[in-house]
Amino acid sequence: MDFTVVLAQIKPKLGCVADNLAAVGERIAAAREAGADLIVFPELALSGYFLKDLVPDVALRVDSAEIQHLVELSRGISIAIGFVEETDDYHFFNSALYLEDGAIRHLHRKVYLPTYGLFDEQRYLARGEAFRAFDTKFGRFGMLICEDMWHLSASYILAMDGATTLLCLSSSPSRGIEGESLGSALAWQKLVSTTAMFLNCRVLYSNRVGFEDGVNFWGGSEYVAPSGESIVRGELLEEDFVTARVHEGALRRERIFSPMMRDENLFVTLQELQRIAQERGR
Amino acid sequence: MSELLANTELLRKLLVGFVRDEVRKVGVSKVVLGLSGGIDSALVAFIAAEALGPENVHAICMPYKTSNPESEQHARLVAEACGIRFSVVPITAMVDAYFEKFPDADNMRRGNKMARERMTVLFDHSALLRALVLGTSNKTELLLGYGTLYGDMASALNPIGDIYKSQVWQLSAAMEVPREVIEKQPSADLWAGQTDEEELGFSYRQVDELLFRLVDKRLTRQELAAEGFGGEFVETIYAKIQNSHFKRRLPVIAKVSNRTIDRDFRYARDWGK
Repeated sequence: MDFTVVLAQIKPKLGCVADNLAAVGERIAAAREAGADLIVFPELALSGYFLKDLVPDVALRVDSAEIQHLVELSRGISIAIGFVEETDDYHFFNSALYLEDGAIRHLHRKVYLPTYGLFDEQRYLARGEAFRAFDTKFGRFGMLICEDMWHLSASYILAMDGATTLLCLSSSPSRGIEGESLGSALAWQKLVSTTAMFLNCRVLYSNRVGFEDGVNFWGGSEYVAPSGESIVRGELLEEDFVTARVHEGALRRERIFSPMMRDENLFVTLQELQRIAQERGR
Repeated sequence: MSELLANTELLRKLLVGFVRDEVRKVGVSKVVLGLSGGIDSALVAFIAAEALGPENVHAICMPYKTSNPESEQHARLVAEACGIRFSVVPITAMVDAYFEKFPDADNMRRGNKMARERMTVLFDHSALLRALVLGTSNKTELLLGYGTLYGDMASALNPIGDIYKSQVWQLSAAMEVPREVIEKQPSADLWAGQTDEEELGFSYRQVDELLFRLVDKRLTRQELAAEGFGGEFVETIYAKIQNSHFKRRLPVIAKVSNRTIDRDFRYARDWGK
C-alpha cells in the first residue's frame, strides 16, 4: 500500500535521554499532524552516539516506562527508533525498535559494531546476532543500523527473507572535504542506491545531524526507490523533517522490470557459503 | 600534483557549524581569541564572526616590544573587515619583569614565555567576558609540534586543527580574509625578520603534501619515494611528528585505580550537552 513516511533528521543531546525523548515526542506529534503513517528516527536517537562509559547510564529496558511510552504513541503512527538496550543479563546493545499499533513488531540489535578509525563501538556494546525481516502494515520490512548496511550479506539476508523495504537508522560522521560533496555522504549515497538496485528494495535512510566533540553528523536522510533513484533527500548538516510519499506501484513495476530477486538462487548461495565455511574450518 | 584542494564551501559550512554548535551547547554565546595579524587567527576570526555574529567575537592583539608593528596593523585590519570587537593588551611589561630575573634566557625560552603570557590574557578574558577561548593552531603546526604547549596550543575549541596550512590559505581566500594577510610570509613574530618557513627549513606547501600522504593516506616509504619525496625529508618530518606527540596528549597519569581518567574513565567532552 502507499504510505507517507517522515525521516526525522534530529540532533540528539549526548547522554540526555529525557530531553531526547521529549524531542522525539514532538517530532512524532508533528508527523501525525502532517498525516504521516510512519516516522523513522536515526541510530541512538534517544542517547546520542559517542557514549563511551555513558552506555549503562543511558540504556533502557524494552519494558521501561520510556519505551512503553513510545509503544503507546505508535497507536497513532508507526515508529522506528534507535536506542541503547539493556537486557536481563545486563548486556547493552545498539538496538532499533519498530513499533506499530501499540505493539513492538520488531527489535533489531546492530550486528556490525565498527571499531576502526573514529569508531569504538565494540568496546562498549554487545553484538547482535540476527537479521530478520518482519511484517508491517506497509509490507515486509527489514531494519539495519548504520554499519550493518556496509555488509552486503546483511541487506541480502533481509531481502531473501522477503523484505521489500529496508530501513537504515544511522549516525554517520562527516569526513572528506576534497570532493564535490562530503566524502562520507557520497559514499553512503552510492551504497544506498546500489543496495536498492541490487535487491529491488526501497530504502528509507535516516541519519542524524549535530556535533559531538567536534565530530559532525551529516544528515542527508533519503528515500531511495527500488530503481536506485533518490526520490527525496534531506538537508546536509541541518536538522530536517524529510517527508516522502512511498508508492507501492513503483515497487511492483521495478520488480516486473528487473526480477533479479525472483531469479536469485538461494540454494547455490547457501551451498557455496557452506563449502567456504567448511574449508575455512579446516 | 597537489592533493590538498578543499571544497571550501563545504569546509566553511562545517567549521562555522562547529563553532556555533559547540559554543552554544555549553550555554555560552561569546568567544575570545588572540589575533596576531597572521592568517590562522584571521581565518578563525572570520569563521567565528559568521558563526556567532561579530558582536559576540572578541579579538585581542597582544604585542611584545619586538613584534613587527605591521602585525598589529594587520590584526586591526582583520577585526575591521569582519566587524568583531578588538582590543590591544601588550605583554611587554609582564614578560620583561620575569626575564629581569633570567637575563640569559635564549630566544626559545623567551618565545615560549610570550606565548604562555598571551594564553593567560586570553583565559582571563574568557572569565571576564564569559567567552570560550578559540584555538588557532592548524594541522600542519600541530603535527610538526611547531607551537608552545600551554601557550598558543591552549584553547577550548579549535576550528582549524584538522586543516593544513595550504587549506587555511584556500579557505581564507574563499572567506575574503584581507589579501595582505593571506599573501604575507607566515611568521611566529618572536623576533624581527623571523619567518616560519626559514626556521622550519621547508615550505608549508611542500610539507603539507607530504603530511597529507603520510598521515591521512598512510602511504608507505616506498610509495612516498615513488611520488618523489626524498628519504631524508620524510624521516625528518616523521621524527618531528613523533617527538612532538607529547604536546598533543594530556599529561601522563600514573595508574593505580580501576578507573583512571581517560584510560578507563572515558566520556566525551560533550557529555550531557
